[in-house]
Amino acid sequence: MPRLDGPVRFRAGGFAPRDRAWAGAATLLGLLALWQAGASAGWIKSLFLPPPVAIIRALWHLTLSGELWRHLSASLARLAIGWITGTLFGVGMGLAVGLWSAVRSSGMAVVAALFPIPKIALVPLFIIWFGIGEGSKIATLAFGVFFPTVIATAGGVDNVPRGLIRMGQSFGLSTAAIVRSIVLPGALPAILSGFRVTTSIAIVLLVAAEMIGAERGIGAFVLSAGNLYDTDNLLAGIVVLSGLGLTIAWMIGWVEKACFTWR
Amino acid sequence: MTGLRLILDSVGHAYGGMTVLNALSLTAEPGEVLVLVGPSGCGKSTLLGIIGGMLAPTAGTVVIEGEVAEDCLNPLTYVFQDFSLLPWRSVAGNIDLVLAARLSRPQRAERIAEVLAVTGLTEFANAWPRQLSGGMRQRVGIARALAVRPACLLLDEPLSALDAQTRDLLLDEFASIIARASTTTIYVTHNLAEAVRLGQQIVVLSRRPGRVAAIIRIQRPLAERSARDPDLRAIEQDLWTMIRADAAAAERERLNAPA
Repeated sequence: MPRLDGPVRFRAGGFAPRDRAWAGAATLLGLLALWQAGASAGWIKSLFLPPPVAIIRALWHLTLSGELWRHLSASLARLAIGWITGTLFGVGMGLAVGLWSAVRSSGMAVVAALFPIPKIALVPLFIIWFGIGEGSKIATLAFGVFFPTVIATAGGVDNVPRGLIRMGQSFGLSTAAIVRSIVLPGALPAILSGFRVTTSIAIVLLVAAEMIGAERGIGAFVLSAGNLYDTDNLLAGIVVLSGLGLTIAWMIGWVEKACFTWR
Repeated sequence: MTGLRLILDSVGHAYGGMTVLNALSLTAEPGEVLVLVGPSGCGKSTLLGIIGGMLAPTAGTVVIEGEVAEDCLNPLTYVFQDFSLLPWRSVAGNIDLVLAARLSRPQRAERIAEVLAVTGLTEFANAWPRQLSGGMRQRVGIARALAVRPACLLLDEPLSALDAQTRDLLLDEFASIIARASTTTIYVTHNLAEAVRLGQQIVVLSRRPGRVAAIIRIQRPLAERSARDPDLRAIEQDLWTMIRADAAAAERERLNAPA
């Protein structure tokens, strides 16, 4: 019979990844440094990919001239109006789908049929419906945000433990009180997770909508810089979009932290 | 005695084609503690759901009789096995939830302070449920139930999710709280020690479809009962003798049931 002499070997390591905030920043800075070094050494042609320093310089000029704010303010207004509209309707519809049989099947059928359509393909149709102005752009964003919000909200409502709803009913709480105090807070984690997805979708659609018939907006600015082979400004616009996405993600994270202190 | 009289007349219930309760009749007198015991799957919790209006019986009726106090906000009030606390509300917030629509802010604060004192939770008013032990969470469940001044307390295996030591400690507290509240109480349990410690009328249900197999009455006041009382131990033994064959058959049935 084989012998097993010696200390017991520890076997339960790993599978527990930890976040290291500095590692993310260090990776990005490292990549930027490599990029700059490649450009300075002449390995990367600045027409194809301008170096980080040139992009920062372009950003600086855009900021000083007020050009950046002119485009960014237009984009932010469209983003806010479109996202809030889509979110309000989406959360409302998601709650209705999650709570009422009368809406559930028909609502989900419509969502399932329309959700997979690439919303960018609908921009020309929205221009016909709402005109070339702000209406079509906001409709594109709202439409794109609406469907994932419905799905996230309805899923969140479905995942609220039925026992908690029954508890509310057993204490004679009104339907409104149950929705307000039990269903909405219970579905909130899923709704906020949905926000992360819908804000990204909204930025993509914003740029797409602004590339068709807009004079102001980051999408229009990027397109016009591209048409002129002005890659410094083109990438400066892309950096602004990335910064916008990061800022929104940070804001959602902050809201999540503030809302979920109970976890 | 205060509280409601509950009269169950030929109550039956079926889930699809499966009958779980069959022609069940019994009466809980005002202020009485009626304990429902029986083998697993005999329909105890289903019956409690029917009594509290959370399930519609497929046969028979449940009637309540009697007056309720002016300050009663929810005559038939549950205490749940899984506590059913909102994790995003503090202890006080969970109690406030069931008072909010019906009392002013100062009245609510007063009631919350009162029930937290009764259940020994005053210091934990602002704690989140996750920060509490199982026993403390169930105390919150009891405090929430008491806050609405119920005329009838419906307890669905309230101690079964707790460890044995906590269960014993909380059982003594339950006995004292129930005795003081003197509301009609329907207590569902599979634990016969709990049944004899709390029950004034112990209703033994047969295995599915549940019917009343026996009724045992214990006259001794709750305050005079103890966990080691030999008379109660003897009744507990009698109950086990009554239930044992059915419990074994129910377990065999469960094991043979298709997954």
